[in-house]
Amino acid sequence: MDSTGRIEVKDLNFYYGTHQALKNISITVEPHQVVAMIGPSGCGKSTLIRIFNRMNDLIPFTRVEGKVLVDGSDIYDKNTDVVSLRRKVGMVFQKSTPFPKSIYDNIAYGLRILGIKDRRILNETVEKCLKRAALWEEVKDSLGKSALSLSGGQQQRLCIARAIAIDPEIILMDEPCSALDPIATSRIEELIADLKDEYTIVIVTHNMQQAARVSERTAFLMHGQLIEYNKTTDFFTKPSNKITEDYITGRFG
Amino acid sequence: MSRHDTSDLIFRRVLAVFPISVLILVAGIFFELVYSSLPSLQKFGIGFLYHSVWNPVVENFGALPFIYGTCVTSFVALLLAVPIGVGAAIYLAEYAPVKVAKMVSMLVDLLAAIPSVIYGLWGIFVLVPFMRTVIQPFLGKYLGFLPLFQGPNYGIGMLAASVMLAIIIVPFIISVAREVIMAVPFVYKESAYALGATRWEALSNIVLSYGKVGILGAVILALGRAIGEVMAVTMIIGNDPKIALSLFSPGYTLASVLANEFAEADFPMYLSALIEIALVLLLVSFIVNILARLLIWSVTKGQAAEGAK
Repeated sequence: MDSTGRIEVKDLNFYYGTHQALKNISITVEPHQVVAMIGPSGCGKSTLIRIFNRMNDLIPFTRVEGKVLVDGSDIYDKNTDVVSLRRKVGMVFQKSTPFPKSIYDNIAYGLRILGIKDRRILNETVEKCLKRAALWEEVKDSLGKSALSLSGGQQQRLCIARAIAIDPEIILMDEPCSALDPIATSRIEELIADLKDEYTIVIVTHNMQQAARVSERTAFLMHGQLIEYNKTTDFFTKPSNKITEDYITGRFG
Repeated sequence: MSRHDTSDLIFRRVLAVFPISVLILVAGIFFELVYSSLPSLQKFGIGFLYHSVWNPVVENFGALPFIYGTCVTSFVALLLAVPIGVGAAIYLAEYAPVKVAKMVSMLVDLLAAIPSVIYGLWGIFVLVPFMRTVIQPFLGKYLGFLPLFQGPNYGIGMLAASVMLAIIIVPFIISVAREVIMAVPFVYKESAYALGATRWEALSNIVLSYGKVGILGAVILALGRAIGEVMAVTMIIGNDPKIALSLFSPGYTLASVLANEFAEADFPMYLSALIEIALVLLLVSFIVNILARLLIWSVTKGQAAEGAK
């Protein structure tokens, strides 16, 4: 079995100072699946995916208990190299974050900090990733233009292209469409469907329809607890938990 | 016209008075300087700018030594202050523990508020002896092959003035550059980290490329301050209107000659020449500001405009 891009969480507790944001979470994400995380604001869904690439390390006074394994190795082990973990586990943020550089330089950034200077490799990767992110046709004649000149949806696809340029196994997406219009959103969703045969994708969304459309499995979190984790089809048609049912039928949240 | 429209109109007109009055003020200062320096302008013409003799006794006035002194001391001061200031700002914004950063920033802001005459006194009693006994002998010994570091070592002189200016402007640079760096949205740093950037990489190619315009602004602010600084420089530069290549030798700046000689300008041409010096100082400041704006504009070109879309 292909084991690259597998996330396994065991008895995870996470604290911001004294506030416990995640309680006893155990969840497994299989390779090449799209997993959606849903739940009301503040339920801990973003916090959870930021555990997977140790992005929460940057926030002071946080504490992690339990085990988080990516491809079998404990990422919170003291010997873990965070930089190489993050190359393996890419991330796309809620707000698109193009660097104030050209489109080309944005995609090449991850490779350049790896020390790759070979123009041919850079050119190939830039083209490949922009094609992969369905952006190539729109920007191929203006690679030297500032990435800030792109529209919101294009910027977000640029960020996805930038993330896959360093060839990760897992891509984390933290509400990637929340600032986009429906057309831009559907393009990102098509992209997600297209990318899943190569990458494991974990997407946080506040949009239940989106979770239903793009994911194979859906996790529902509330108050820092994992309420239900199931196949997406089952999750939305026959939820096993009363709270899930109330949530997806719009009785709260 | 409704009552609301009328009051709005009045309010708008009243507000418009304020910016217009600033323009009038600047124009007035400029006009007054030109008017009062007319005798000198007429007598020396453009030569005033490049004649290097300043001898009131024989009514021979050339401003070049002062222009030279102002440019050299300001430039050397920037050379010293920019790396220190920007480095300190990066450390305070990114690396220092929160408590340390807060305390140091407070002290830095305090430094910026010290009256320059106090810097000048400190310069006379501490900096100048230190330059004379330690720094300048050292420079003379190891870099003495450069004309910049040759000649008699008095302690007072252009190098001491430059160091003093650097000390005066460093707090400005730290303070503004730190604000600029801290204003870079955290999520951009996170994006760099998410691509496997180390802290230094995130800082050097993401944070600084966001902040470069603001940092440049800080540097220009500092340069303006250095060009216009009077007291501290006058107290230690030696006030000698000559052009010497060596930084060890005494010099004079536009601002210092104004402060020093105004009281003794006892005949009209002398006064007129000094006022022309003031005019030159004003123009130099203008030019620096315009150059700075052009520089910022060329750096941001295509970014600010397109980013606004």
